[in-house]
Amino acid sequence: MDNNWELVIGLEVHAQLKTESKLFSSSPNQFGSDPNSNVNFIDAGMPGMLPVMNFGCIEKAIKTGFALNFQINPYSVFERKNYFYADLPQGYQISQFEFPILSEGHIEIENDNVLKKIRIERAHLEQDAGKSIHDIDPKYSFIDLNRVGTPLLEIVSYPDFNSADEVINYITSLRQILMYIDVCDGNMQEGSLRVDVNLSVKKPNEELGTRCEIKNMNSFKFIRQAIDYESKRQIEVLESGGKIEQNTLLFDTSTGETRPMRSKEFAHDYRYFPDPDLLPVHLTEDQIEKVRPTIGELPQQKLNKYINDFNLEKDVAKIIISEKSYAYFFENLISSKSIKPKLAASWLVGDIFSFIKEKNLQIQDIDDRSNKIIQLLEMIESGTISSKVAKDILVEVLQNNKEPAQLVKELGLEQVSDNNELEKIVDDALKDEEDNIMKFKSGSDRVLGYFVGKCLKATKGKGNPKVINELLLKKLNK
Amino acid sequence: MTTIKEIKDQLSNKKISVQELYDDYYNKAKKSELNSFNQLLEPEYNKQNIINSQSRYDEEKDLPLDGIPLGIKDLFCTKGIATTASSKILEKFIPEYESRVTQNLLNDGSIFLGKNNCDEFAMGSSNETSFYGPVINPWKNKNQINDHLVPGGSSGGSASAVAEKICVASIGTDTGGSIRQPASLCGVVGLKPTFGSCSRWGVVAFASSLDQAGPITNTVEDAAYLLNSVSSYDPNDSTSSNHKRDNFLEGIGKNFDRPITIGIPSDYLKDVSSEIIEQIENTKKHLTNLNINFIDVEFTTTDFALSTYYIIAPAEASSNLARYDGIRYGYRGKGDSLEEIYVNSRSEGFGEEVIRRILIGTYVLSAGYYDAYYRKAQRVRRLIKDDFQRILKDVDFILTPTTPNEAFKIGEKLDPIAMYMNDIFTVPTSLAGLPAISLPSGLSKNNLPLGIQLIGNYFQEKNLLQMASLLEKEFGFNG
Repeated sequence: MDNNWELVIGLEVHAQLKTESKLFSSSPNQFGSDPNSNVNFIDAGMPGMLPVMNFGCIEKAIKTGFALNFQINPYSVFERKNYFYADLPQGYQISQFEFPILSEGHIEIENDNVLKKIRIERAHLEQDAGKSIHDIDPKYSFIDLNRVGTPLLEIVSYPDFNSADEVINYITSLRQILMYIDVCDGNMQEGSLRVDVNLSVKKPNEELGTRCEIKNMNSFKFIRQAIDYESKRQIEVLESGGKIEQNTLLFDTSTGETRPMRSKEFAHDYRYFPDPDLLPVHLTEDQIEKVRPTIGELPQQKLNKYINDFNLEKDVAKIIISEKSYAYFFENLISSKSIKPKLAASWLVGDIFSFIKEKNLQIQDIDDRSNKIIQLLEMIESGTISSKVAKDILVEVLQNNKEPAQLVKELGLEQVSDNNELEKIVDDALKDEEDNIMKFKSGSDRVLGYFVGKCLKATKGKGNPKVINELLLKKLNK
Repeated sequence: MTTIKEIKDQLSNKKISVQELYDDYYNKAKKSELNSFNQLLEPEYNKQNIINSQSRYDEEKDLPLDGIPLGIKDLFCTKGIATTASSKILEKFIPEYESRVTQNLLNDGSIFLGKNNCDEFAMGSSNETSFYGPVINPWKNKNQINDHLVPGGSSGGSASAVAEKICVASIGTDTGGSIRQPASLCGVVGLKPTFGSCSRWGVVAFASSLDQAGPITNTVEDAAYLLNSVSSYDPNDSTSSNHKRDNFLEGIGKNFDRPITIGIPSDYLKDVSSEIIEQIENTKKHLTNLNINFIDVEFTTTDFALSTYYIIAPAEASSNLARYDGIRYGYRGKGDSLEEIYVNSRSEGFGEEVIRRILIGTYVLSAGYYDAYYRKAQRVRRLIKDDFQRILKDVDFILTPTTPNEAFKIGEKLDPIAMYMNDIFTVPTSLAGLPAISLPSGLSKNNLPLGIQLIGNYFQEKNLLQMASLLEKEFGFNG
């Protein structure tokens, strides 16, 4: 196969908004409730029921607008997208079409240390549909309307991606941002972030090829597999002289292949028109600006701060900002002025993360230990305990929620920094060591390490290595 | 003539009890042969309401509509009472909720006699599209005394029942004339309020941007009584207006303390019968008696109104009626697949006129046709609104005939276009969202009622009712 092919990919990301209630009804917007328990008369499409816009959803959209550098439109219109399906009680989905709430945004993604700007055409609010379940019974389909009317923000990028890596980086960044600004919980397994991939291939300098749309994927792994499979498929078709038919595809996770949807699974003509039950959304400058201060620090801003102000290694900083919860945990640790960010960061991504990973926990699960971790880090900074001792104590703190100060006292693990006490130990260590002392004096530095080790052993690891070092040098150079 | 005010006086003065009043109307309605009710509620259902109402009269704490027996168009969802929209597809549908409008009426003490017949999903101008059969107009053509005449539509059951006096008043809905046209054909009063006055919450939707509830009554004063109850802001209807409501009874029967001018659009009278011309000339005489000026005005958009309406209303209807799919409630056809269930439920559940309008609406919204039809119609609608505002700058009210003809025979008009022409004078105001009232102005040569329509500016119902009450007195029409 000729590998001189370019991939051209555009994405539609459907982010489920984190709100108390649905987009046009007061039913709770909740995942995991009993089937058909979060459904009111509006959601069920009963006769005469009318939608009323939930302004909370508009605020979430405005927030997203600021975070993704969008133009926030003061005028937007909800329209009806008409199609029949058993899990769509109204027979139409309320969405925005001609006048979306957000237009022309962008974010930067990093790919192999190169920044690339991804342009985002638009983002609009829409209702989600319910769920049809076809695999419980051979004869019947089951309908769960809980998801009907839950708010989605559909974020439509330009076809600015040329590889699966870029796509993954973009979705990763987008997910991070949406979670940071509290617009979406980012839970891909629960379907809070679903992705449609529009993909075509072409030769360099040629016109865009015919694209296919792969619908509704909610895992990074499957998105990558789908892009790999579909791009190969298209290239093979073209190289064998065939033509790509514009099509809507499903990614079959069991076979790792894409296949066309049955024609009934998508409608051809949605007959969009402005929903006469709703007024156009008019936003004032005030309403828009009021939302700006609620955004907080975005992941990119945090990354820059961590690297430039806190002197963290880029890789470490990236790990910490990768989840909002990590960053908040980290910033909580360094709220103690005596703890250096670098120390906190290395403990966080080192021992603390290993512990969590080993025990299969979330960072939130150890939130209640953070004050004790702060105490521990403070003891390291002040030289009260050694790093080696701290490692053991940390496990006790994380696992059994014990007080670090108490542990140190109980186990007598306080670092010995007292000059008089250590001087005795140093003197003892130098006793009967004339040969080695001579070696030192003739220039062997290795011998110093040997003496430090000997002293530490004598203190059972509690001796302050720095003080021991100083004392040894003083005595040896006499 | 028995008006709400007179009935309330009799109830207050203990000349009659709420129970006696109810029984009187219930028995008349039970005996009626005009098919104006889809369902008459069993007396048992109203027992407690009647007792409560009577005790309020006894304590002299009666509510504005206490004890008044009303008909309710079968388009309003009534909790625990079948609501069918006169369609097979909703034949056995019993809502678990009460529409805002009927809740207001209940809160004001009224008693529901039952659900009035209407055209299926309010689509029709003769009440012949009802799944429950046509409604008969109590009026007879004196030259064809054996013929049953249509009451008009779609609120034909309401207008017939009010004219027959088997209910004191009824609440209808008007999308393109569905209150005013049947009121005119039955010789009663029908008011379509400004769009946004009465909540659409709980009213089976036909065309959301046009649907508006309103009273059908024997007198203008009764219309004011009902409007006081049904006009209210409802946060559950996004198109509901939250302006302060007037007391609509205040102006009834009073002369205006300022000069009033009425515009009579000459373009409305271009192709009408000499009888209609005569009707307007006659009204002018009454206006002169009332010392009210009238001037000729001319619209530029009238010719486009009907076609605009028959694009916008079906477009909205095609989408509003998508929810009747046989899946969750209502009639379900047989089928082995989802699609078969849809096709059979809807083909068997909807009548011919409803299907026709769904098809028209689906067509005008289709890809490739949207701009040519729907978008253009919306633009014309804007022009029609502007046209009204241009004229209402110079006049207080606009006077037109309500309909181009008197009541016709059941089965006479088979061509849908001929039927649509019945709404030619009522549709423009609907598109503009303006309030308009129809009141009987006299009888035709065939001894059938004719109605005139008065149109006011947005939320000017109080003045409109005042003007109508003055003309009503002048006409001296006694159904």
